[in-house]
Amino acid sequence: MSKQIQVSGLDAYYGSHKAIEDVSMTIEPRSITAFIGPSGCGKSTFLRTLNRMHEVIPGARVEGKVLLDGDDLYSNNIEPVTVRRMIGMVFQRPNPFPTMSIYDNVAAGLRLNGRVSKAQLDDTVEESLKGANLWNEVKDRLSKPGAGLSGGQQQRLCIARAIAVKPQVLLMDEPCSALDPISTLAIEDLMAKLKDEYTIVIVTHNMQQAARVSDRTAFFNLAEQGKPGKVIEMDETSRMFTNPSQKATEDYITGRFG
Amino acid sequence: MTTIQHISTGRRIKDRIVQGLVYLAFALAVVPLVSVLWLVISNGLARFDLTFLTHSMRGIGARDVGGGAYHAIIGTLEQVLLSSLISVPIGLLTAIYLVEYGNGGRLSRAISFFVDVMTGIPSVVAGLFVLAFWILFLGMPYSGFAGAMALSILMMPTVVRSAEEMLRLVPDDLREASYALGVAKWRTILKVVLPTAFTGIVTGVMLAVARVAGETAPLLLTVFFTDSINNDPFTGPQMGLPLYVFDQAARPNDTAIDRAWTGALTLILIVMLLNLVARLIAWWRSPARR
Repeated sequence: MSKQIQVSGLDAYYGSHKAIEDVSMTIEPRSITAFIGPSGCGKSTFLRTLNRMHEVIPGARVEGKVLLDGDDLYSNNIEPVTVRRMIGMVFQRPNPFPTMSIYDNVAAGLRLNGRVSKAQLDDTVEESLKGANLWNEVKDRLSKPGAGLSGGQQQRLCIARAIAVKPQVLLMDEPCSALDPISTLAIEDLMAKLKDEYTIVIVTHNMQQAARVSDRTAFFNLAEQGKPGKVIEMDETSRMFTNPSQKATEDYITGRFG
Repeated sequence: MTTIQHISTGRRIKDRIVQGLVYLAFALAVVPLVSVLWLVISNGLARFDLTFLTHSMRGIGARDVGGGAYHAIIGTLEQVLLSSLISVPIGLLTAIYLVEYGNGGRLSRAISFFVDVMTGIPSVVAGLFVLAFWILFLGMPYSGFAGAMALSILMMPTVVRSAEEMLRLVPDDLREASYALGVAKWRTILKVVLPTAFTGIVTGVMLAVARVAGETAPLLLTVFFTDSINNDPFTGPQMGLPLYVFDQAARPNDTAIDRAWTGALTLILIVMLLNLVARLIAWWRSPARR
């Protein structure tokens, strides 16, 4: 169910603008990897290169290698669609499909990708909503529109939608930045639960969150103003937050940045 | 620290004046609408009966009372339906291309430009085009279908523009959410983007229908005239309600003038009815209902 990601020498561009340069890292399966760093340093861009969402933006392109258990995601004979089926994504703002009910939102990935029997769909929807800790709150109103839920519930709905297609990896782009502390806690608990089955990568601006949930942390920063972003340091989260090897990491984590 | 000041008399007066102007402008805008409705209803009700809705003008002499617009109603409905069948798919696909695939490239900019040009085509020119190409050059007969083609030339740019607006309103978040589930682009458009924009697109199509339903000039040149019922839009001259009104209103006796008013009333009612149906469809499809 869960796969390792190996990135080597990855550059990402928006048109002629180079957003990140020469990123290499290994993301271990069944663990949570957190990306921290100041705004605009390419964390989200890098995250989006991992499931080929980066190239959805007109003019955006990627150079370098991303290996999912040894398979290069950017090789010519691999379709982005199949990559995205294996590597799910949760976005910063909850984005349930407004025309669909709660049930249909969770079932969307399966339904839109082919025919599935009703019984199987029912099972998957229940399983995914339980997996996202949302089942008890919505089981009596599955046919109500997904947009009618609260922000935190919507985000968990989006997580349920992402895990319904049974991906190998789950990418989360600041999943809690629009949520209150209680909902954030619910999502963090959920991540801790999900990491038994998935490889999880999370971008966060909240350093306490990175320290709380992640096993490994990567610190991104711009080499200097106007230059592309890069990975400054990556290590076990406990070491990153107590004894980082780079001065810049320490400055950022302790809030003495810039 | 500044103290909180009371609203000065000057501002109060200005506020009142502008408020008055806004109401006045609104009233001015409503006057023509109300007066048209009033005239059509009060003059049209006299002949708005079952005979009018179920009989044609066949065998009705110049001074006879009676007669009706059944043939014109059938003609208008068929012509508008046919022109919608032509222009809605083309218009919608064009809009999808412009929004989802064009990326502001040379082709999409060219299409946009020509759609703008088409919006400005006077309706009589659309009729002349079909007359010259379809009827005179290709030698096809006058028919409801020829009229529908002329109408669809007028309808297409309206459909493209409104559908384009609505598709652009669909947030990119939703497209990305769908892509991230591993859904192919065409399925995303079909299952996520179009349903989200559905209500708006229906409204746009209805506006386009309402616009062409009242066109007289293109029909004048393409469907010809008839006083008889012709259910087949592909062969032989047909009638349309705008033509009927035009024809009857040009006659000298009061019975014909009355028929013209009732024809206009019927046309307004048909457009209103179509709008109502579209609203119902939109409401039935909207997620808030569930």
